[in-house]
Amino acid sequence: MVMSAAFEEIAMDTPAGAEVQSRARTIGADAVSGSFALSDVSVAYGNETVLAGVNMLVPSRSVTALIGPSGCGKSTLLRCLNRMNDEIGRVRVGGTITLDGQDIYEKTLDPVDLRMRVGQVFQRPNPFPMSLYDNVAFGPRTQGIRKRGELDAIVEEALTDAALWGEVKKHLKKHAFELSGGQQQRLCIARALATKPEVLLMDEPASALDPISTQQIEDTIAELKDMVTIVIVTHNMQQAARISDQTAFMLRESMDEPAHLVEMGETKRMFTNPDDKRTESYITGRFG
Amino acid sequence: MAVTPTHKAGRRLGRATRRRAVEAVVRTLIYAAGLLSIVILAAIAIFLVVEARQSIGEIGLDKMLSGTQWFPTGTPKLFGFLPLIVGTLAVTGVAVVVFVPIGIGASVFISEFSAGWFKEGMKSVIEFMAAVPSVVYGFLGVAVVIPWVKATFSLTSGMTALTGGLVLGIMSLPTVISISEDALHAVPDALRQGSLALGNTRWQTVYKVVVPSASSGIFAGVMLGLGRAIGETMAVLMLTGNAAVMPTSVFESVRTMTGTIAAEMGEVVYGGQHYSVLFSVGLVLFAITFLINLAADLVLERQRKRWRR
Repeated sequence: MVMSAAFEEIAMDTPAGAEVQSRARTIGADAVSGSFALSDVSVAYGNETVLAGVNMLVPSRSVTALIGPSGCGKSTLLRCLNRMNDEIGRVRVGGTITLDGQDIYEKTLDPVDLRMRVGQVFQRPNPFPMSLYDNVAFGPRTQGIRKRGELDAIVEEALTDAALWGEVKKHLKKHAFELSGGQQQRLCIARALATKPEVLLMDEPASALDPISTQQIEDTIAELKDMVTIVIVTHNMQQAARISDQTAFMLRESMDEPAHLVEMGETKRMFTNPDDKRTESYITGRFG
Repeated sequence: MAVTPTHKAGRRLGRATRRRAVEAVVRTLIYAAGLLSIVILAAIAIFLVVEARQSIGEIGLDKMLSGTQWFPTGTPKLFGFLPLIVGTLAVTGVAVVVFVPIGIGASVFISEFSAGWFKEGMKSVIEFMAAVPSVVYGFLGVAVVIPWVKATFSLTSGMTALTGGLVLGIMSLPTVISISEDALHAVPDALRQGSLALGNTRWQTVYKVVVPSASSGIFAGVMLGLGRAIGETMAVLMLTGNAAVMPTSVFESVRTMTGTIAAEMGEVVYGGQHYSVLFSVGLVLFAITFLINLAADLVLERQRKRWRR
């Protein structure tokens, strides 16, 4: 986590967009792949700007938590990173978002290619109505991998990484709906990992699960961060404190103005000694 | 002081009794309405069997079902159902070829690739298509499809199984489309999102995730469309030429089971053998459509259970 310390400094003083870009490019040159740099990012639904002025660096191979009260634009921001916002009509994304130095909103970039590199796990487990094997092999098959042996290897690796292999290795032909909620969510993580993404976005991945399943998901996340960059939205502050390396606190202070990033920094510092009064109030449970 | 509570309690008791009585009446009425449909269905079956009994006894159901010649006014009288059954299957087969691809395609388009007023407009048009009387579709067939088939395939007559099947296919579309569209609509959005997030295009998402997830509902829609096509009478009567001979291709005139009943029922002796034979035809038709609808219902029910999580 040497990298993350370097990023953390940059993120802390919330520099101007251009500066973030140039520094990200410098860092991006020698960093492992899967780092995002956001400068002056804004999102508008129709005429309403819901999120504005977000400058953020997401270092590779680390866990970044997005926290904040409901409606603060965490999930909206997350969906900007794999352009899932494109699928909802009338959404405009402003500013610049780069992944390893490449602008992901460039006209020449196909969001389909981006999503192969930036996977997503959703709030509720959403396995496809097919067997466990077919669920995990779904992405690789889209990428054109057809050889049985190759797919077998990918499925095993992805399920192992998602900490599900031991439980299901004898039942790969089973229908995905026969799994428990927690297992389904880990299946969805495996499904996302099978395309070998550089980044994994998680939108409150444990909020629909029981405490034991939540624990398993958190353990999985801890295991995964050596392999992929993880950006996780969570409502659960203890969870953010437990699993993330850096935390970004977002807030929408009134309906008349867009949400924004209040502060971002190393998780330990954010939870013990935040710079901003509002961060402190939120973390100590005074609102939200 | 002592009187009032008893009085009040008495009134309360009266109100409760009345409420219970009303509830009992309403419940009975609703049960009766529900039972009535079962009673009617059973009555139709019984009535068909009773009227068909004479012909089954005199000729034999097996003989009628395996007979290849339908010649009810000749000597000897021949009551072979096979030409009629084959005629029905030929027309229905053509209809299936028409409504399966168009119906599924249209429902996918409406559900997955259209939105807003356009989507609502399309759905209204489909519903309106279902409300058009079959005789009107018959007119359309007579005016447009018969000459077209005749010219395109250089036939001596445009009244063929193909003609009837084409129009039947169009008539069955609303059933197929609206049920398939419902099934596609019921597929949770989370699955679409999941597929898109894995780097699938919208089209890949549709054919790899959404359509397979809705497959049982789409199947049910196709089965109900099939039931509609088999049972349709008026349009086929107007379009197929009604020659009761075993067809060798869809470019020949056929006579369907429904067409036979409708055309001949007016000319038979009430209570005679021919009359009874027509009821046997009806019985066979009833059995076929009943089984198709039952199958479709079972499949639909399974799909409903699947998404109830």
